[in-house]
Amino acid sequence: MEMWVKDLSVARAGIPVLEAVSFRLLPGQALVLRGPNGIGKTTLLRTLAGLQPALAGEVVVGAESVAYAAHADGVKAVLTVAENLAFWAAAYGTDAVAGALAAMNLEALADRRAANLSAGQKRRLGLARLLVTGRPIWVMDEPTISLDQASVMLFAGVVARHLAAGGSALIATHIDLGLEAEVLDLTPFKARAPQAGGRIGAFDEAFG
Amino acid sequence: MIALLIRDLRLAVRAGGGFGLGLAFFLLVAVIVPLGVGPEPAVLARIAPGILWVGALLACLLSLDRIFALDFEDGSLDLLATSPMPLEGVVAVKALAHWLVTGLPLVLAAPVLAVLLNLPGAGFLWLVASLALGTPALSVIGAFGAALTVGVKRGGLLMSLLVLPLYMPTLIFGAEVVKRGAAGMAVATPLALLAGITAGAVALLPFASAAAIRVNLR
Repeated sequence: MEMWVKDLSVARAGIPVLEAVSFRLLPGQALVLRGPNGIGKTTLLRTLAGLQPALAGEVVVGAESVAYAAHADGVKAVLTVAENLAFWAAAYGTDAVAGALAAMNLEALADRRAANLSAGQKRRLGLARLLVTGRPIWVMDEPTISLDQASVMLFAGVVARHLAAGGSALIATHIDLGLEAEVLDLTPFKARAPQAGGRIGAFDEAFG
Repeated sequence: MIALLIRDLRLAVRAGGGFGLGLAFFLLVAVIVPLGVGPEPAVLARIAPGILWVGALLACLLSLDRIFALDFEDGSLDLLATSPMPLEGVVAVKALAHWLVTGLPLVLAAPVLAVLLNLPGAGFLWLVASLALGTPALSVIGAFGAALTVGVKRGGLLMSLLVLPLYMPTLIFGAEVVKRGAAGMAVATPLALLAGITAGAVALLPFASAAAIRVNLR
């Protein structure tokens, strides 16, 4: 299952942020997105996850193959760790809860309410959700925020196993995960201003 | 889908989930109105259908902003939108969960509270029937209002302004059923209209709500 991005332009709140982004993500491959704050990493990932339409260009990806992990973990505070994961497993029609708990070192916390987790533990729970989706392409937005060094290594191991099993990962991050991954710097793809020949945003098209 | 329903019900009954909020409000209205209006049985009997329906409607309105706002804040809504479940189904299930947590308790509590308001005996059956038929529409229409305002900071007031006009047909026909039932008149026409509004809302509004959420998540 591959993801092929062709000449993609994305906009945030109607203003173009990135243009003509192209890359190909093959099975077993990881791609790390880099770039300064505000360059449009999150916007690009949300577009690839299908949460917003692209301004131009094309994303070729198999149906039901992308699992998206956002900044926010989507963890319900009054549910236990196991209940949180069990819900997502049911939503995706898998039963990988036990494996995901073990992989992210959450077994001891399984019956604890998510409200009582530390920020790093909550993040691990959010990342464990990727494992229960059973989907091949992981699209992750700053997955290592609030993780300690040991948890980052644990997570890197999980991603490496996912890649070895034929999955792929698209990771926006500022730190080095120690993975064998290609790096795509988004800085050259920054959208040009309309005066410089850049695309006019949807907002300007409607009102300009 | 079932998992989402179970999750939402679980969230509602656990601490801080808001279960019983609407019911408590309904109870307060039914208890306070006789104190304010005075103890004359004839007056109370006359206003009981309207008060009970207005109370049920406001009790529903009270918990609407929780339907999507909490999931939006913690990022679950993004993840639900990217999950294999169709967003229309997610909206319908969340409206159903809202009805089970808010509407159904109102239906069950209404006959007890109707005693406080001296509703004539003939009206009890129609009170329960009209609330059972009408409150699902309140939840579905309310979910639509919540979907329109998801992501708006302090969107509760805006949502109430959007939703209240849409509630009016349900309120008018619902109260009319109880009024006529209590007076021993035929109730078939308002009851059919009430059922029609609910059926139409349940069939169409989940699609509108899902579209509104997609726009708001961009």
